Amino acid sequence: MGNLKVTPLNAEHRALGAKMVDFGGWDMPVQYTSILDEHIAVRTRAGLFDVSHMGEIWIEGPKALDLVQRLSSNDASKLAVGQIHYAGLLTGDGCFVDDMLVHKMADDRYLLVVNASNTDKDFAWVQKNAKGFDAKVTNASPQTAQIAIQGPKAVEILQPLVPDADLSAVKYYWFTYGTLLGEKRLLARTGYTGEDGYEIYLPPSKAAELWRLLLERGKSQGLIPAGLGARDTLRLEACMALYGNDIDDTTTVLEADLGWILKLNKGCDFNGKAALEKQKAAGVERKLVAFELTERGIPRHGMECYSGGKKVGHVTSGTQAPFLKKPLGMCYLPTALSQPGATFEVDIRGKRVPAKVVPKPHYKRTK
Amino acid sequence: MSIPSGLKYSKTHEWVKVEGGVGTVGITDFAQHELGDIVFVEAPQPGDAVSAGTQMGTVESVKAVSELNSPVSGTVAETNDALVDHPEFLNQDPYGNGWIVKVTLSNVKELEGLMDADAYGKYVAESGH
Repeated sequence: MGNLKVTPLNAEHRALGAKMVDFGGWDMPVQYTSILDEHIAVRTRAGLFDVSHMGEIWIEGPKALDLVQRLSSNDASKLAVGQIHYAGLLTGDGCFVDDMLVHKMADDRYLLVVNASNTDKDFAWVQKNAKGFDAKVTNASPQTAQIAIQGPKAVEILQPLVPDADLSAVKYYWFTYGTLLGEKRLLARTGYTGEDGYEIYLPPSKAAELWRLLLERGKSQGLIPAGLGARDTLRLEACMALYGNDIDDTTTVLEADLGWILKLNKGCDFNGKAALEKQKAAGVERKLVAFELTERGIPRHGMECYSGGKKVGHVTSGTQAPFLKKPLGMCYLPTALSQPGATFEVDIRGKRVPAKVVPKPHYKRTK
Repeated sequence: MSIPSGLKYSKTHEWVKVEGGVGTVGITDFAQHELGDIVFVEAPQPGDAVSAGTQMGTVESVKAVSELNSPVSGTVAETNDALVDHPEFLNQDPYGNGWIVKVTLSNVKELEGLMDADAYGKYVAESGH
């Protein structure tokens, strides 16, 4: 407990009576009142998340793009200034050092947003790869707080506080700058919930004031603070991968069924390219799929999957989905079993419960 | 936190209310609060034997799986089937609609090994919560 890292909003969470947990070395709120209520609030109204633990790594300089291209599965040369995309930060084997959001700030400036507990590892990996590139790499995580406002009412709640930017005009996975509490802030229309919303980047010293202001102004539209518990169930309904569960440094981009972030023909070499070309040519043996249980039970991370009495994979994420109200998850299965409709069983404490593969994502918002 | 008098409590946070040789069993208000939103209850069925201090089922919240122990020994007489569709009764009304099973006791003396409301209140306080 004594060694846990805290975000600048730690005292706010405690004052709100949040249940705190050790999340990858961070003292974070898992819930304020109820994971179910917080989940439903984000799906139907809006929720406020402290995501200050996330890592921010800047890559700047004449060869910034070349370095990003070396590190990333995606093709950053296709990004316009102001645009963001999801990508894999790849190992030489085409697996994940981490997953990340790549923001193009300028032709020679990129911002990578990475997972909190991976930040130090990621930064070391980026630095190691930066040798020979004319680019400066900075870990700005300790100087950067992040607040996410997510849900169908998020833009409506945030807009009146940002007089100089039209937030509804910004496309999903683009960012803008707007004046919030008197200072220009980076406002990115991104999130990890499957809902519309913004992720707001600001200095730690300004975080508490904004947090309180948003909660106060959003109250009448049903905004409530939401913890990591709801964040996890929300992202799982939306089939967004969680590093350490669904993807890690033993799963390739192709196995994770993230072919859409893999640009083998981006016109340069990159970490993992050769391994992924080879795997693509040979065909993947297993694939990350979405599934539902067809009988009662709740699938959980680590449970084994069976077909014809043989172990064929394991559940990477599972829950009783709060909005969809059914037991579902994601798991790795042999490619032959990976098509929607395929059936298998999940071993829940010794009982084999029938399951079926379903199309991804479990949940998609109506625009 | 609610700890009604007249019930007996186990160290694993189950309660039992005994009437005419039958014990109604559930989890305590403290337990439901610690677990958070309960979304699944797996309980033994009528006719099943249960044994004091031994697992008889599972209670799952959104985040966690928790063993459900029986505070008493005997045979299950009735199971609260409403919990199949309404596991949230355990959160909303742990000592009422959230009851889990009724057990025909085989050894009434076991009840002496359980705590009364005062002792359970102290137990919860002392275990650091």
